[in-house]
Amino acid sequence: MSDIYFNESIILLDVEAETREEVLTTIGDNLVNKHLVQPSFVPAIIEREKEFPTGLPTAGVSVAIPHTDVEHVIQKNISVAILKNEVDFGVMGDDSEQVPVKIIFMLAMDEAHSQLSLLQKLMQIFQDENELRNLVNQTDKKAIKRILEEKLNFQELEGGNK
Amino acid sequence: MKKKQVLVACGAGIATSTVVNGAIEDMIKENDIKADLVQIKISEVGSYEDTADMLVTTAMTKKEYPFPVINARSFLTGIGTDATKQEILEELKK
Repeated sequence: MSDIYFNESIILLDVEAETREEVLTTIGDNLVNKHLVQPSFVPAIIEREKEFPTGLPTAGVSVAIPHTDVEHVIQKNISVAILKNEVDFGVMGDDSEQVPVKIIFMLAMDEAHSQLSLLQKLMQIFQDENELRNLVNQTDKKAIKRILEEKLNFQELEGGNK
Repeated sequence: MKKKQVLVACGAGIATSTVVNGAIEDMIKENDIKADLVQIKISEVGSYEDTADMLVTTAMTKKEYPFPVINARSFLTGIGTDATKQEILEELKK
């Protein structure tokens, strides 16, 4: 199992977009350029988002966790984007509601049913209003990387969790 | 009591169902309940129609199933988690 790729190069700040398709394309194209995902990843993630929206209304800053099937992924990674202006995403599990999303965690996983503790830690961040506000107010990618590395504890997870 | 089969589904069967599956596993352990958790994609639910007792999902589903469907978004957002857990426990104890 390869390690999770995560560094400043897949943290995007001040992303300007009008629609969720634009947001997903911007983040996805960056991953394609870095050969972390197949070019097919971008249309796949847009389609998946239409069918199964991933917007999560939280107590503070709403998030979205777009993801798609494992075959489009070359090396598993978590990409983060903070949007300049909020963009509407569909609410997960609800076909009528939209939520204005400010921060995106794009999950590119290469194996189904894996990474439980990483995902649990990520969801814990979503439940922490102060931490989310802290994240979206950062202006330095290094700071975001540091915060998330600490919260998600990548080192401890490596290999430890199927 | 027959062990209940609980389907845990999301769109891709990758991310959110993994988290929900973990949360339910912890919950049934805490409550000393035996249940058979099956983590699948929402598109695979149909093939479990005859055996499943419950579907817990983060994906929306317009289809009608012969078993209760419980929305699990609260496990991801932390909003309303206790109510969702209660709902699942009550179904498991039936």
